[in-house]
Amino acid sequence: MEERATFNEEFIKEKRRQDMRHQVLTFSMLIIFTLISFGMVMSDLNAMFVRMVIILFAVVQVGFQLYYFMHMNEKGHGMPSLLFYGGCFAGFLTVLGLVVLTWW
Amino acid sequence: MSTLAASNKRSFWSVVWDYITTVDHKKIGVLYLIAGGFFFLLGGLEALAIRWQLVKPMNDFVSAGFYNELITMHGTTMIFLAAMPLIFAFMNAVIPLQIGARDVAFPFLNSLGLWLFVFGGIMLNVGWFTGGAADAGWTAYTPLSTISPGEGMDYYVIGLQISGAGTLMAGINFLVTIINMRAPGMTYMRLPLFTWTSFVASALILFAFPALTVGLFLMMFDRMFDSAFFDPAMGGNSIIWQHLFWIFGHPEVYILILPIFGVFSEVVSTFSRKRLFGYSAMVFATVLIAFLGFMVWAHHMFTVGMGAAANAIFAVATMTIAVPTGIKIFNWLFTMWRGSIQITTPMLYALGFIPTFTIGGMTGVMLAAATADYQYHDSYFVIAHFHYVIIGGTVFGLLAATHYWWPRMFNRMLDERLGKITFWIFFVGFHLTFMIQHFLGLWGMPRRYWVYLPDQGLDLGNAISTAGAFLMAIAVLILLYNIIKTAIKGEPCGDDPWDGRTLEWAVPIPAPHYNFKQVPLVRGLDPLWVEKMDGRKEMTPSEPLDDIHMPNNTVLPFVMTIGFFIAGFGFIYQKYDNALNALIFVGMGIALGAMLVRSLKDDLGYHIPKKELEKEARK
Amino acid sequence: MTEQDIMNPKKMPLQPEKATLEGKNKFLGFWFFLGGEAVLFASLFGTYLALNGSLNGGKSAEEMFGLPLVFIMTMLLLTSSLTSVYAMHHLRNNDFKRLQLWMSITVILGLGFLACEIYEFYHYITDYGFTFRSSAFGSAFYTLVGFHGGHVVFGLAWITALIVRNAKRGLNLYNAPKYYIASLYWHFIDVVWVFIFTVVYLMGVL
Ligand code: HEM
Ligand SMILES: [Cu+2]
Repeated sequence: MEERATFNEEFIKEKRRQDMRHQVLTFSMLIIFTLISFGMVMSDLNAMFVRMVIILFAVVQVGFQLYYFMHMNEKGHGMPSLLFYGGCFAGFLTVLGLVVLTWW
Repeated sequence: MSTLAASNKRSFWSVVWDYITTVDHKKIGVLYLIAGGFFFLLGGLEALAIRWQLVKPMNDFVSAGFYNELITMHGTTMIFLAAMPLIFAFMNAVIPLQIGARDVAFPFLNSLGLWLFVFGGIMLNVGWFTGGAADAGWTAYTPLSTISPGEGMDYYVIGLQISGAGTLMAGINFLVTIINMRAPGMTYMRLPLFTWTSFVASALILFAFPALTVGLFLMMFDRMFDSAFFDPAMGGNSIIWQHLFWIFGHPEVYILILPIFGVFSEVVSTFSRKRLFGYSAMVFATVLIAFLGFMVWAHHMFTVGMGAAANAIFAVATMTIAVPTGIKIFNWLFTMWRGSIQITTPMLYALGFIPTFTIGGMTGVMLAAATADYQYHDSYFVIAHFHYVIIGGTVFGLLAATHYWWPRMFNRMLDERLGKITFWIFFVGFHLTFMIQHFLGLWGMPRRYWVYLPDQGLDLGNAISTAGAFLMAIAVLILLYNIIKTAIKGEPCGDDPWDGRTLEWAVPIPAPHYNFKQVPLVRGLDPLWVEKMDGRKEMTPSEPLDDIHMPNNTVLPFVMTIGFFIAGFGFIYQKYDNALNALIFVGMGIALGAMLVRSLKDDLGYHIPKKELEKEARK
Repeated sequence: MTEQDIMNPKKMPLQPEKATLEGKNKFLGFWFFLGGEAVLFASLFGTYLALNGSLNGGKSAEEMFGLPLVFIMTMLLLTSSLTSVYAMHHLRNNDFKRLQLWMSITVILGLGFLACEIYEFYHYITDYGFTFRSSAFGSAFYTLVGFHGGHVVFGLAWITALIVRNAKRGLNLYNAPKYYIASLYWHFIDVVWVFIFTVVYLMGVL
């Protein structure tokens, strides 16, 4: 029994080490996204196109942060996701309303 | 009044201290009830003054400026300081018991939320004594609100900011309580409907209040620090306030009504002696209403010129909300159908609520027709609409809850005969006041005007309306008499006076402060009824008797609130003298200091040892 | 669970942040709070987007904003997000020293960010006369970015208090949830910043 427990612990430690490697990978992705965004803005690509792409990148970046950095991919995050995304949804409507319906 | 009576032997100040430092949800519920009740009476007085001013044409009972203060403070008080806190009173008093919990998830935050509400409410009303209360309407539209002279609107901004923070905490607290603190077997689909609807309302609070917070910050910056959000001369835009206010404001009306739907579901089911018809449809409808409630805010802004497309979208979205609401109405009717109905006071309110609220919903759909709303908007028709839903819904529900849960909270039954008299006078007074206002509105009477000309067909209607208002006031006085009478003369009512169905009636009256000696095992919807049907009198425990863990009392929430309260004055008055900025630093220092103490001092609560519990059992 | 088990656990569970009921409650409640914060920042973003053309004769975003500084700030905050992930990694491995170390690095990076932000505001105010009061755009800009900055300040104070407070006592089941939610808060600050640098700065100079 005792041996089994330590074995289990070793296994978990190893798994965590791997997870941490994924986190570093995530981090590099975030850096790359950020670099691309900054780069695109400084290039002379079509402004509308750039706008769409960098917003998309922002959303993807945030997704990575939520899922890996903030551990949303782990078990037991059902309710947190529900209410957090609920907030995001309400927030999205708010931004939409203020952008579209303020001057027009 | 068990809690009060039992403490009579102690000195007055030790009782006060006990209530100031309490983290017990039952006592916090009582405090919410007292404070909310007080503000309800205050708002009621303001309403009477408004109606008295309008009793005849060209009346001069109050000045135009004071009239504006009255309508503003009436609306603000009733919504933020009466209706919501009274709902929190019952949520606190009942929900932990209904789900089989010993406490809420965050007892400390619970106390903090209460005190923030109380002091926010006081703040709002300080304006009366410093040269005029808030006077730009409860909706505080800019630029009226940003250029309104004096400090009245400053008190509105700071007061609502403080009490709004308290509300947000209460919302989060109940969400987590309901998710994490349920007794074994209390699955989501066995939650009593009051708990379900409060859960959804708490989610609405969480998503709606931040928009108000931001709106209030912007208004505060414009008024106190000369920013330019709403000032067109500097490129600002007034419409932003309207959006932020209604993005909060429409969900807010559902925060006010959803828990009340829950109250009526409990009442109707208890007094029809039947389980609720269409339980899952009720839950589904609640969630759907909440979801749709976020997509309709602009129906309050049909006339600002958003354009036909936007108006059409919001009109259709708004009308769809009537569908889940209709589902609910039918479910209550079907619950009563073939039930063995007992006409108790709470049940009377339920019966009065159904047709009244239905009328309010119908006028709502009329208002939602954007083109027609150009005619109704800002007229007495709108006033009639929202009083039908808010009084006919929320207030009727709160009165029903008061009569229904009074024995649970205070170990006394309210006098049933007086209760029924209260109902009938209130019911008649209500319809007398507000039915005619639909027509006054259609005949051209605008809202928020302090006088009207004679002989325009408005005289009689207004007189009737005022008469009705005084009837409602009489009903409230009878209720107060009832409360005092039963507190002095009434007998302790003992356990389970209504032959209840849900868990709160399984707890002895008065409740021990740990609620459940052993957390019960829930075996179905209406758990107490399930046991009763199996011939048992009590719940089956889900655990052996053991030490009980309880949180410590603390004065920090109160201190923190005082800090914010002081800082509030600093914000309001710093424009006169820079030295007054000191108030901001002192106040924030106190508040942040209390926060720091809270986070630095370990507070693990205490245990009630098993032996003590066994001793109590033998007594 | 007795006091002893919480304050001096014989063995750390796999997820010390969620081992007690208090921890579970904190974890859930804090996520919900972040849901509310999402609406709060959305309202600020909406206001900013509605007003970012209201220059009132002042300089526009394009003329003022300098991307190099924003890039440095972004890197500082992104990196601090990673360091706080490291801290949580060590929290779960019950390695208190490293937890404190990585949390401290997070604070230092956060301070760097804050210094840049203060410099940036100072620069706009003195060099361009672009203030909170000069236009609706100014009000909206300083409010949005300032609210974020305020969150940074609060987060730094919070994490510092945790580090100092627990330096002597080590990790237990009472303070593990506190570290955990503080780190969630810090990540959320970074999440908001991602939208700020994208929507305010990058789209501002576009
Ligand atoms: C079928 C459901 C409902 C519909 C379709 C509806 C629709 C509307 C519309 C379109 C307005 C704007 C009228 C105008 O200003 O021109 C309005 C106002 C209002 N409604 Fe409702 N409503 C409904 C239910 C409710 C409920 C349940 C409540 C509260 C418990 C409520 C409270 C209010 C309030 C307070 C106002 C007036 C706010 C103000 O301008 O001061 N409504 N409603
Ligand atoms: Cu509405």
